[in-house]
Amino acid sequence: MHTSLTATARLILFSLYVISMLSTTATAESSSIVEAGGTQRTRRPIVTGTSVLGIKYRDGVMLASDTLCSYGTMAKYKDARRLVPVNPVTLVGGGGEYSDFQEVTALLKRNALEDKCTADSLYEEDNSVECAKEVWNYLRAVMYNRRNKMNPLWNDLVVAGFHIEGATKVPFLGLVDKIGTSYEDNVVATGFGSYLALPILREKWRPDLEEGEARALMEDCLRVLFYRDCRALNRIQIAKATSDGVLVSEPYEIDTSWDAASFVSPKGGLEGDGGW
Amino acid sequence: MAVTYGEGVDSGVIVGADSRTSTGSYVANRVSDKLTPVHDSIYCCRSGSTADTQAVADYVRHFLAQHAITLDSKPQVKTAAYLFQKLVYNNKDRMSASIICAGWDPVNGGSVYCVPLGGACVQQDFAIGGSGSTYIYGLMDASYRVGMSKAECIDFVKKTISHAMARDGSSGGVIRLAAIDKTGVERFFVGGNDLPFTPQ
Repeated sequence: MHTSLTATARLILFSLYVISMLSTTATAESSSIVEAGGTQRTRRPIVTGTSVLGIKYRDGVMLASDTLCSYGTMAKYKDARRLVPVNPVTLVGGGGEYSDFQEVTALLKRNALEDKCTADSLYEEDNSVECAKEVWNYLRAVMYNRRNKMNPLWNDLVVAGFHIEGATKVPFLGLVDKIGTSYEDNVVATGFGSYLALPILREKWRPDLEEGEARALMEDCLRVLFYRDCRALNRIQIAKATSDGVLVSEPYEIDTSWDAASFVSPKGGLEGDGGW
Repeated sequence: MAVTYGEGVDSGVIVGADSRTSTGSYVANRVSDKLTPVHDSIYCCRSGSTADTQAVADYVRHFLAQHAITLDSKPQVKTAAYLFQKLVYNNKDRMSASIICAGWDPVNGGSVYCVPLGGACVQQDFAIGGSGSTYIYGLMDASYRVGMSKAECIDFVKKTISHAMARDGSSGGVIRLAAIDKTGVERFFVGGNDLPFTPQ
């Protein structure tokens, strides 16, 4: 059993593994290695989702992502759902390894079911349902613990919903990454979105954004990501959490623009200064 | 990719490419022009490292221009392909360039030559290259026919490039086409919203 190894033995095994990884060629790479005790650890992500965006607006919190999961450079699964309602008041969105994301959402849904079945009453939802902040804290613990065992869930997760503060419901938006870093903010983004979309979201954010404005802003950001991220798609999903509950839209395509004059006429001709 | 059509001196070629240049996962240029003229009726489709292929194409353009003056006629596509081969082969350990050289000349009509990474030079009826090409070998093998007309070829090139763009993360943007025959070069542009195939 793995747990019977001492800390030193585990360190030696790990160093041996690292040394052997350094000397193997790319063709021999595997996504997980099986160790002496029959356990495995995730080495590199295989099927991956790209950015997830989150924004707080007037009525609650909105998440957005595209519906693509890539297999390396290949756009393999074009209808992958990366925004999932895990309980009646919480949404989770995930980028990174899709199998790990499915594991996380299954775990959270299992917890929600258990909470519902062990509640004091089957009819009263408010006390038994985990609010978004509780889910976020729980995920931080899960991700950090996996990271400590050198077997991370290879995801960047966005948690959106409401949490109860005193007597009021307050919108909540937070992020947990694969090593257990967690933070909350008015706007969050994972992956390429953190480089390309976050500056746009921060520029345009106001606390009283209407739903239509927030959605248009998300679509703009996802359009930029489709232009500039090799692993993005123009088929997207939007999800919102309001005080009435949680809603995930059906996927739809966003339009793109390719007809600017300088796009159409090629530059690298025979004439000219030889520039491209 | 490049495809030949027609017979003898009436033959020509269609060259086509996507427009995405990527640095890792970032799209550095979403509307790049990968179809490069090296002479009036000779084009090359560039794939691999952009810096390497641009440098090689510039050299070939320079040598071909001089050669055309001494020859006093249009150079053969074969000559251009041979120049590409010389450069890629002799610098094979320093470069990553995979080029398809295609065009029309008065001697042979339309022809297509493939100069892949190692610097071989192979003449083919049609050629595909680049990372997206792996997704369309089956489609090519199933749908290419010898003796297609110019219009059929254009549709064929548009369709296959669309399919490659649909699945390859390193391909995308718009489709650029050029039809080269004895009357000269005609360029086409298919915007990202008008692609013949987008599976959603």
